[in-house]
Amino acid sequence: MPQTLEPLLRDHKFFAGLDPDYLSLIVGCAANEVFPADAFLFREGEPAQTFYLIREGKVALEIAAPGRGALVVQTLGEGDVAGFSWLFTPHRWEFDGRAVEPVRALRMDGTCLRAKCDDDPRLGYEMMRRFARLTVNRLQATRLQLLDVYGRAHNH
Amino acid sequence: MCTVVRTTTDSARSNQPGPTERAPGDASSWAEPETWGVTGIRRDSPDVVTLDLAPPRPFEFLPGQFNMLYRPGVGEVPISISGDPADHGRVLHTIRDVGPVTSALCALRPGASVGVRGPYGTSWPVAAAEGGDLVIVAGGIGLPPLRPALYQALSRRDRYGRVVLLYGARTPGDLLFTDELSAWRARFDLHVSVTVDAADPGWRGNVGVVPDLLRRAPFDPGATTAFVVGPEIMIRFTVRALAEAGVTDDRIYLSLERNMQCAVGMCGHCQLGPFLICRDGPVFSQQRVARWLGIREA
Repeated sequence: MPQTLEPLLRDHKFFAGLDPDYLSLIVGCAANEVFPADAFLFREGEPAQTFYLIREGKVALEIAAPGRGALVVQTLGEGDVAGFSWLFTPHRWEFDGRAVEPVRALRMDGTCLRAKCDDDPRLGYEMMRRFARLTVNRLQATRLQLLDVYGRAHNH
Repeated sequence: MCTVVRTTTDSARSNQPGPTERAPGDASSWAEPETWGVTGIRRDSPDVVTLDLAPPRPFEFLPGQFNMLYRPGVGEVPISISGDPADHGRVLHTIRDVGPVTSALCALRPGASVGVRGPYGTSWPVAAAEGGDLVIVAGGIGLPPLRPALYQALSRRDRYGRVVLLYGARTPGDLLFTDELSAWRARFDLHVSVTVDAADPGWRGNVGVVPDLLRRAPFDPGATTAFVVGPEIMIRFTVRALAEAGVTDDRIYLSLERNMQCAVGMCGHCQLGPFLICRDGPVFSQQRVARWLGIREA
């Protein structure tokens, strides 16, 4: 078992290549968590002051629809990040995050990280750059889903 | 409507084909269809069936090649061969019902017959990929033309590093070969990841797109060969994700479909830049076709 969570942070795809000094700085904002299958990491509408770096397992981002149950918007897995709502006001979760299978994750304290980013704009820029990349990937994935590319496919 | 047919041979040669292969008994000139019997039919999804055809003599093909299937009075269509290349007596074609000819083929029953000519086209470079990781990426009806390549790679499993199958479909009900997917998932020497664009409550698999699966898949980009089939938009996004991971264009192979009609390079309907897909493809390296796939249709 590692003495600190720093090796786990360094090994996660989201922090790949981050300056080791910054890793040492932000490791205090991290905590290790395990969720059994069907446990909720977060619930829509609740205060969002954290995000999760998924190390193992799958998390479904869901939205409850009257008469239809929980609709899965996207499934996240190893190496993914769950949670952008901590970044912006009103800091409330916009989806439910449910463990589809047992999940190991690093929970990052958003209030703690935001304070460190405010203190060091270079760290803040680096974090924003990484979250912007994730946001673009999610946006592109959503566009691809909306295009319904398999709907009228030809034979091969 | 008029079709412009250009002389393609010289310019196609200048694009230096990759290690795609041609089959024994490659049919590169026109032939009359032979009559093959339908010995079995399996419904894979609401609009996809697999026909089990019995050739009159042992039939050989390479993974990725296709046959022209003909219904008298209706028409003829190119359909990839979706079965095991090692099985010379039973030839599978997986067909999506998207028009009059495919609809007629999907309505066949055991005991019926169908006209067949082929095999045609280039194949997946399964042998050339040995020694490294093999990543197979399928979208929708793109899985059937890749299944023979997977069968062949698994029959020589020790010659590869990691073998990865990533498969995307519209909904869980559109997933093909679900029994086999379960069996493949149970193997320790094969990484299988499946996703759908949308699912009803109760689905415990992935919801999302194939490029997201690629970002999570275990492979060494510097030693990976990738085979990709699906709708062209899905191919485009997948190729970008492969490039982002570090897989070079010369190790990414695609199977393309562009209105094939004659299958022997005569009619010109399947032209893509200097290539005729039926004759020079359908399997191409991304390096060879990238320039032409990027040109918008008028």
